[in-house]
Amino acid sequence: MSQYRVSGKGRVDLSKKINFTFEGKSYTGGQGDTVASALLSHGVHLMGRSFKYHRPRGAVAAGSEEPNALIGTRRGPGRFEPNTRATVQDIYEGLQTNAQNKYPSLKFDVGAVNDAAYMLFSAGFYYKTFMWPRSFWDKVYEPFIRAAAGLGVSPTEEDPDHYASRNLHIDVLVVGAGPTGIAAAKAASAEGLSVVIVDENREIGGTLLSEPQAVIDGIPAWAWIEQELAALKAQGVKVMTRTTAIGYYNDNLVGLVQKLTDHLPSLPADTPRERMWRVRAGQVVLAQGALEKPLVFHGNDRPGVMLAGSAQTFLNRYGVLVGKRPVVLTAHDSAWYAAFDLADAGAKVQAIVDVRDGVSEALIAGARDRNIPVRLSYTATATKGRLRVKSLRVNRMQGGTVGAAEEISCDAVLMSGGWTPSLHLFSHTKGKLAWDDDRTTFLPEMTPEDCVIAGASRGLWGIEAALNDGAEKGRAVAAALGKAGNAVSYTVAEDRTGSGVSMKELPTDLSPGKAKAFVDYQNDVTAKDLRLAVREGMRSIEHVKRYTTNGMATDQGKMSNINGLNIASDALGRKQPQVGLTTFRPPYTPTSFGAFAGYHRGSHFEVTRKTQIDAWAEENGAVFEPVSQWRRAWYFPKGGESMDDAVRRECATTRKSLGIFDASTLGKIEVVGPDAVEFMNRMYTNPWTKLGVGKCRYGLLCGDDGFIRDDGVIGRLGQDKFHVTTTTGGAARVLNMMEDYLQTEWPDLNVWLTSTTEEWSTIALNGPNAAKLLQPFTDVTLTEENFPHMSCVECEVAGMPARLFRVSFTGEIGFEVNVPAPMGRQLWETLWEAGQQYGITAYGTETMHVLRAEKGYIIVGQDTDGTVTPYDAGMGWAVGKAKPDFVGKRGLARPDLVAEGRKQLVGLVTEDGSKLEEGAQIVFDASQPIPMKMVGHVTSSYDVGTTDQPIALALVEGGHSRMGETVFIPMPDRTISAKITGTIFVDPDNAKLKIPASAENKGVAA
Amino acid sequence: MLLIHCPYCNETLPELEYAYAGEAHIARPANPSEVSDEEWAEFLFMRSNVKGIHYERWRHLHGCGRFFNAVRDTVSDKFLTTYEAGAPRPDLDTLVNTPAEGGK
Ligand SMILES: [Zn+2]
Repeated sequence: MSQYRVSGKGRVDLSKKINFTFEGKSYTGGQGDTVASALLSHGVHLMGRSFKYHRPRGAVAAGSEEPNALIGTRRGPGRFEPNTRATVQDIYEGLQTNAQNKYPSLKFDVGAVNDAAYMLFSAGFYYKTFMWPRSFWDKVYEPFIRAAAGLGVSPTEEDPDHYASRNLHIDVLVVGAGPTGIAAAKAASAEGLSVVIVDENREIGGTLLSEPQAVIDGIPAWAWIEQELAALKAQGVKVMTRTTAIGYYNDNLVGLVQKLTDHLPSLPADTPRERMWRVRAGQVVLAQGALEKPLVFHGNDRPGVMLAGSAQTFLNRYGVLVGKRPVVLTAHDSAWYAAFDLADAGAKVQAIVDVRDGVSEALIAGARDRNIPVRLSYTATATKGRLRVKSLRVNRMQGGTVGAAEEISCDAVLMSGGWTPSLHLFSHTKGKLAWDDDRTTFLPEMTPEDCVIAGASRGLWGIEAALNDGAEKGRAVAAALGKAGNAVSYTVAEDRTGSGVSMKELPTDLSPGKAKAFVDYQNDVTAKDLRLAVREGMRSIEHVKRYTTNGMATDQGKMSNINGLNIASDALGRKQPQVGLTTFRPPYTPTSFGAFAGYHRGSHFEVTRKTQIDAWAEENGAVFEPVSQWRRAWYFPKGGESMDDAVRRECATTRKSLGIFDASTLGKIEVVGPDAVEFMNRMYTNPWTKLGVGKCRYGLLCGDDGFIRDDGVIGRLGQDKFHVTTTTGGAARVLNMMEDYLQTEWPDLNVWLTSTTEEWSTIALNGPNAAKLLQPFTDVTLTEENFPHMSCVECEVAGMPARLFRVSFTGEIGFEVNVPAPMGRQLWETLWEAGQQYGITAYGTETMHVLRAEKGYIIVGQDTDGTVTPYDAGMGWAVGKAKPDFVGKRGLARPDLVAEGRKQLVGLVTEDGSKLEEGAQIVFDASQPIPMKMVGHVTSSYDVGTTDQPIALALVEGGHSRMGETVFIPMPDRTISAKITGTIFVDPDNAKLKIPASAENKGVAA
Repeated sequence: MLLIHCPYCNETLPELEYAYAGEAHIARPANPSEVSDEEWAEFLFMRSNVKGIHYERWRHLHGCGRFFNAVRDTVSDKFLTTYEAGAPRPDLDTLVNTPAEGGK
């Protein structure tokens, strides 16, 4: 047996040795050990270095509130996790663990110079130290901060585990399976209500696991736990261990994280590592107990200094003595029992030092019986020891003054500053807290949720009180759900009730300015830091918190909040409730990203929408790009072509002969009903009344502010039927906007809106040979006379029902063929085959972008940015000025929108023939001093199209009246000059849009 | 995650099914051309940003698709009631004194 293991104590099964490593060294433990308990059983207290000062640290607690003993755990490739609390990680055969924040080694750390440079790192040091000079930022401050920031090291490999996610709807959720929770679950479940009880520990029992001496209704505590567990299960209660309630959200939604595999020596197949439960409960009972507070004094962070209650837990639950010569330092009765338990287990308790001047006769007698020296009305002023505490310096307090010092030699200091109710989840509910002067702590008062808080969480002390309160609250929630519930009454023997006082930092005879009396261990915040923050003007506890970072670490102030508040309120000379408590935020304990992500990772992170033609594109070597949720073919490289070469070829072939493009992702909305044309008149800037059936028109959609929101070609398929197309990314937004106006502003209009985006496959054919290709497949005569540009018709194409549009986004003769979505690939392949005689090219979104830019067709969201009006974009022609109203009409008349000097869309051609960068800023005068006045930016720029020089579109102040002027684009290496031009670079007369009369395009006989 | 009562579906469902749609009872002027620049700016941009009882719009986006109105306390995040678009503002006194029906 290891040196500090106590025979006959604890719940750890030592019959089978479990081997694990810490810092490369092998250790052993038993089934039921945590890393911390196993290391302590070998006398190892030093488990890590602190975050800021790299001070040596050991476990100060025994549970999830542990701030110091953070380790990295590893189990094979990809399975590394930083910041695991050694006090909750079970050991298993082969577990590898390491300490954090150490360099080069845990025992010798050069970062500990930070500790010596203490003054540099006091409260607000980031704000003060890194202010000046400016030139130090890039080379000195930032690298330093980056190196120093962050706890632990991030994993570098992809997480090989998977994480699950579930919803659960139940009547009652009980959080915490100590005596309070067990009694509550039992009382609530009596009448068939569905009850779930959760606990973050590996087994239920809570404080009873650390207090085996208690006898409940004649049954010893541990036997009682067994009995109650069986009874709960028999009553149908779902008992979930290793399950942490991480957050309490609106309407009784509680998030649970259940850890499934972190304790197992071998990973079972198909089992998630963690499971996130979203529990919606009719009623919630919070029974999370209370957390012990440290005492704040110089050197209270030395390895070996720990909470008395935790030492008791290590002894009674794990059978480990944290020290053989401990000294107890306390402000609360509870630590006396820890001293007694350790003494009874063979430790030589050096002294019980109590800050109070009197305690109960029973405690004094207990100490006397065990020959433990008692010092009442004492303060502690320092500890000694480098990597482990060697002695505690204590001083007698007399009439408010600190008397002479005395050193007590020891190998552990067990401290207790009293207990704080665990109010984290209660606070998540926006529950109100009330200050309790007697207990010097906040207690729960009111919550807007259907939730009760019970036991030590509401300040009750002792097992009997907890049990009876739990039973009563369990009955109450059952009653709230319309059932009687069944609250029994409990009697407990060997119950350890008691009381204490709540302290600020302990009085000292040493210079308080030099004291390293830690309040927040994880963020290395001392009492001095808090007082400094107040001296420097912080008045609100929220400011003190942010200035010092007290309570902001991953433990969310579990141990530090009340001590911090006591000190801040003393420094401010105001009572604690006037200073206020900072907000506890979820998650209760650090939670893995995997648990939050659940199934939403990799290709499941977001939906990938694919068209019916996507598979053809993939088979034909397309390179894809994401466009909103869609995966779109970007370009189709042939035989090792670069992207530029491929796009150049696609552009040239389309302009010369024929290109085919999958336009299925275009948003499509069907607008039908007797008032459809009126609705269109009101929504879009264009007039629609005179648009004949079988014609289409480019439509521009503005917001009521007058700025462009979306655009697309709209076909009138019937008197009361419009086929509206939107941008690929704008489809849902446009439909939502249309529905909003239709439902809430114009409910009198009789119109129906239907999203039809996924009902149609849309194939665009563009190029001089487009009509020739298509003609054999339809009986619509594709001539300029019969089916001119901007026509549409419902017909058949290649035997498929189709909506045929004569439209062009390239400036070439163009058609968009819509067929029922599943027929898309068949039509595509038919046209592809037939197109071979014309040397057809498939082209992707990049070629589409280039060809449209050459014609000055805008892309909403690229050439516009939400501050561009139709007039700014040079599309005043699309505005139906004669209409009495449309969305955006009044907005377009706003003074700022008709002012001179607005940014307007123009073309740019560089003087040196170089390609501009999209997003580059534009200035009128390149010789002006920096910072220059920017007058616009490049929105689109290409050099792979069919023009003989690179082209660009840009928004430039007053651009429309600056044709021919030169502007400048300052780049890091040079300044580029460019001439302002119109936006149309190819075929300004639209001659190429027309189907030549000579071409014999006659419809085949029907 | 809030539970929201859709007055059209008459069901109380998770927030995920809904989309927030801004402050309620801001009617677009019937004849925008006749309102002054100031009035138009007021309609377009100015919102009350209430701490407390707030009238707001939601859309049952992944359900019936209807826009509706709600009264929510922005401090407690509790719905007092939800009601159909176009219905008048519910009387606050009655609301505060009678617990919400399914609107929680
Ligand atoms: Zn609905």
